[in-house]
Amino acid sequence: MSIIIHKNTKILVQGFTGKIGSFHAEEMIKYGSNVVGGVTPGKGGMTHLNLPVFNTVKEAVDKTGASTSILFVPPAFAADSAMEAADAGIKTCVAITDGIPSHDMVKIKRYMRRYPKDKKMGLVGPNCAGIISPGKSMLGIMPGHIYKEGKIGIVSRSGTLGYEAAQQLKDLEIGVSTSVGIGGDPINGSSFRDIIEKFENDDETIAVLMIGEIGGPQEVEAGQFAKENMSKPVIAYIAGLTAPKGRVMGHAGAIVSAYGESAIEKVELLKECGVTISKNPSVMGETVKKVLVENNLY
Amino acid sequence: MDIHEYQAKKILSDFGVKIPTGGIVYSPENAENKAREIGGSKWVVKAQVHSGARGKAGGIIICNSPLEVADATDKLLGKKLITNQTGPEGKIINRIYIEEATDIKHELYLGLVFDRSSESIMVVASTEGGMSVEEISKEKPETIIRSKIEVAVGIQQFQAREIAFGLGIESKLISRAANTIIGCYKAFSELDATMVEVNPLVVSQQDEILALDCKMSFDNNAMFRRDEIAELRDKTQENSNEVYASDRGMNYVSLDGNIGNIINGAGLAMASMDMIKLAGGEPANFLDVGGGATPEKIVKAFKLISMDTKVKVILVNIFAGINRCDWVAEGIVQALSKIEIKHPLVIRLAGTNVEKGNEILKKSNINYIEASTLEDAANKAVKALG
Repeated sequence: MSIIIHKNTKILVQGFTGKIGSFHAEEMIKYGSNVVGGVTPGKGGMTHLNLPVFNTVKEAVDKTGASTSILFVPPAFAADSAMEAADAGIKTCVAITDGIPSHDMVKIKRYMRRYPKDKKMGLVGPNCAGIISPGKSMLGIMPGHIYKEGKIGIVSRSGTLGYEAAQQLKDLEIGVSTSVGIGGDPINGSSFRDIIEKFENDDETIAVLMIGEIGGPQEVEAGQFAKENMSKPVIAYIAGLTAPKGRVMGHAGAIVSAYGESAIEKVELLKECGVTISKNPSVMGETVKKVLVENNLY
Repeated sequence: MDIHEYQAKKILSDFGVKIPTGGIVYSPENAENKAREIGGSKWVVKAQVHSGARGKAGGIIICNSPLEVADATDKLLGKKLITNQTGPEGKIINRIYIEEATDIKHELYLGLVFDRSSESIMVVASTEGGMSVEEISKEKPETIIRSKIEVAVGIQQFQAREIAFGLGIESKLISRAANTIIGCYKAFSELDATMVEVNPLVVSQQDEILALDCKMSFDNNAMFRRDEIAELRDKTQENSNEVYASDRGMNYVSLDGNIGNIINGAGLAMASMDMIKLAGGEPANFLDVGGGATPEKIVKAFKLISMDTKVKVILVNIFAGINRCDWVAEGIVQALSKIEIKHPLVIRLAGTNVEKGNEILKKSNINYIEASTLEDAANKAVKALG
């Protein structure tokens, strides 16, 4: 199995009829994802890309049985849409939207706490590339063809750096079980730890590549989780060795403000957790291969 | 987005935080009149620049007469203040804040930030006001009080009181101090702030609780609903190339090296900078042109990089996903027909249709060095420095 999305996962597109939503919905359909419809308030009853459009997520879930949604709603309305998805019983929502205010993210996360664990939505992103289980389903904006089917789990804050890794692996004929972009914002839906835990519990995945960057505590928290709970090897690269302190490097969350948040400190702390470090971004693929060989997994 | 001290004070005072009487001035004459208007016998002349540590850099002057206030203002206006936070280029002083001097009994520290671990708002306080929070955590960590505030219900009176008692404030002043903390919290949560720092927060000899210096930063992503904050932006306090970039939707940070970068995606941009460093070079900037590296964006990026006089070599690194390499290559060719680049240019394309992209570049008359991997690109850029 892959994690989060599989061959038949039913997908709704929130912000379906907009320019960006339409473009990526078409790409996902071409890839083979099971997109069953979309939501644009006020446009319910329309047909778009030969699929039904609904006014509310609840109605869409009722009529299609969708369990998963992808969000292309503009920043000002994104928090509202994510909470609507949570309330309608969506299991996983991937928020692609870049530029959601931090105060809104805190609000969404607080809102989701009202649901018991088995009914609680998993939010991935925002400001991320989405999720792909190669050969099965794509719930994101990545170029699907650079991912080879296989057994490595990838989790990355950055979109393009995740692509870089998938390409390096493909060049070495190593495939990917699922790749998850968790996004570059300071407050995000799923953490590195949340995702690597899913990889640990996935039969198909044999090792995990974690691509982090400066800022925040999540990479190190994931490292500690790996040390205490994981049987599968974890390989990591941390971007931002040269980033100056106190400056935001593109991603709103990429800012060093406390001890343990710089690239050098994260690398040291991860090494202590037994994580293998890819010493530069050019050798992420090779480092994964080396670890696989050492563990008789290649 | 950062704002000036006087702007932050105005905001906090609207939320019930007491501040010393003061006013903003733009000339020495102005300053002298303002001092008389404020009254008293002692004033503080404060340079308004986006930086802490202004006192040590000579940006804060205590004066004993309105004439001295005028002289101090004259001395500071139009100068660049160089602090340990501004870098060697300093920041221009265009505005001066004149304030009545305060008789200080105690100096405290009060800060509010997002806590990324617990995803709540964290109030940080200490009895060691006047020092930076980094210094306090290094030298007097035992004095630090942290209180997590649940955002759904906001700060409660008892939480504010606990902090105030923790700071050793006298019983009769507790409710005043608690209201100050609550005011700061409300400003933070109602205005999309990412940081509020009052340092020092003081107890005066007259038993007032006053915000003597403060800083506020706001979430750039929330500016669409915060016109009143967005208009407080002072572009004279930002690097001019960074202003040019942010006005055009690009993420750019000016750095000290001489290899200019044009990259798509923030993570890949940081990774490319790291590779340059590992190859023995220094990046001149961080630049993320965004996921969709459209020809228009690439033209703007080349313009931006060619404005930076430090740059000696330009490195373009694009991982094309849905926007294919052939399309990106056409954008580069188009850009270079509009702008003349005098420096060596290293281009690395990867991803969708990479062969086609490289073919287009080769057939054009662009003078460039082709690179295949991230590492190759960084090595070639460093080598091209000569």
